[in-house]
Amino acid sequence: MLGLVAGALILVNIYTDWLDPLKERAASLAAPFYWITGTPGRVGDWAGDQLRTREELVEENSRLKHQVMLLEQQTQLLAAVRAENTQLKELMNSAETVDQRVLVAQVIGVSPDPLEHVLIIDKGRSDGVKQGTAIMDASGLLGQVIEAGDYSSRVLLITDTGHALPVQVLRNSVRAVAEGTGDLYRLELRHLANTSDIREGDLLLSSGLGGRFPAGYPVGEVIAVRRDPGRAFADVDVQPRGQMNRSRFVLAVIGSQD
Amino acid sequence: MEAHNRWFILFTVFIALLLAVMPLPYDWLWFRPAFCALLVIFWTTRMPQSLGVGFAWLIGIAEDLVTGSTLGAHALSLAVLAYFSLLTYQRTRAFNPAQQLMWVFVLVGINQLLGNWVHSLVGKTVPGLTFLWPALTTALLWPLVTPWLHGMASRLRVR
Repeated sequence: MLGLVAGALILVNIYTDWLDPLKERAASLAAPFYWITGTPGRVGDWAGDQLRTREELVEENSRLKHQVMLLEQQTQLLAAVRAENTQLKELMNSAETVDQRVLVAQVIGVSPDPLEHVLIIDKGRSDGVKQGTAIMDASGLLGQVIEAGDYSSRVLLITDTGHALPVQVLRNSVRAVAEGTGDLYRLELRHLANTSDIREGDLLLSSGLGGRFPAGYPVGEVIAVRRDPGRAFADVDVQPRGQMNRSRFVLAVIGSQD
Repeated sequence: MEAHNRWFILFTVFIALLLAVMPLPYDWLWFRPAFCALLVIFWTTRMPQSLGVGFAWLIGIAEDLVTGSTLGAHALSLAVLAYFSLLTYQRTRAFNPAQQLMWVFVLVGINQLLGNWVHSLVGKTVPGLTFLWPALTTALLWPLVTPWLHGMASRLRVR
């Protein structure tokens, strides 16, 4: 009898979205569990911070100062380029690109199911994160929010088998769809014609088509292209830029400031 | 009213749920034992008169909510597991440790089979028989954990 109830629940869960509000509620209920099990890791991090020698800290400090200087110099260049860009866009009467507001979130857990690539982060609806919010780290796009609780949310990584996102090649703007493979270090480009101009080392950016992800963020790098003349499409393997397995802090891109 | 120390059961369930979401390196995820399944077999074998399919079903729902899996997946598999465990609890008690280990493997295997069926409904396919790994690790964990659980349950007079 209870088996039947459970079976019915499963079917309702898969084929309708009636249970979604409940699952979002459950996200905040589940968060403490992830928080508790994450404690040893946090203690390790804390100890790593505390138990460092002065020399290490001084060295790290000077390295960071160096890095900040380099980055600041690049930002200065960027300001000029941006001004020029807006000017050109105005000349062409095209829509203005707006700055995106970004929020730092901490990864508090990873889905225990090896078949899904899902992270749990410590920001939710109360911080402006909602379903569909793009999540990235310092080096590239990571995924999007699928369930937003009040104070935590679940993030589907772009490497999950159920995920695909529109991308374009930086070099020549060839458009494609990058699909997750269930492997943390590999994406595939779907339905890309054998003749299209793509080669190893090409950088892929999010194209912004589909309206889910903001345009222009790095997604990955092409690592292998196999062209079989007998088949219509090329096999293209992509290595994601984002650190799927390592990021402790991630950035949530919460919409434009308009 | 006498104290039955039922809180100990809830405590073990809580620990099992924590272990079920404990972060593991990605490559080890497949070897995570099914802690909740182990608990269901243990408690239904020890107290078949009071803990049954409904108990297992509730644990399953809790596990679904905590792990964020398809709602009802664990509830279904654990309820079926509890049913089989209740059918055979007299035999399970009489088995020697090696037989118990193999029987736990079979029971948790059934549990994993149902879980895998739900996964395939959602469109997630598993290479080969990988989904049976947790059954093996749970079976190997059984002789290590049950003496402690029995000891605690006896000392606290959990009834």
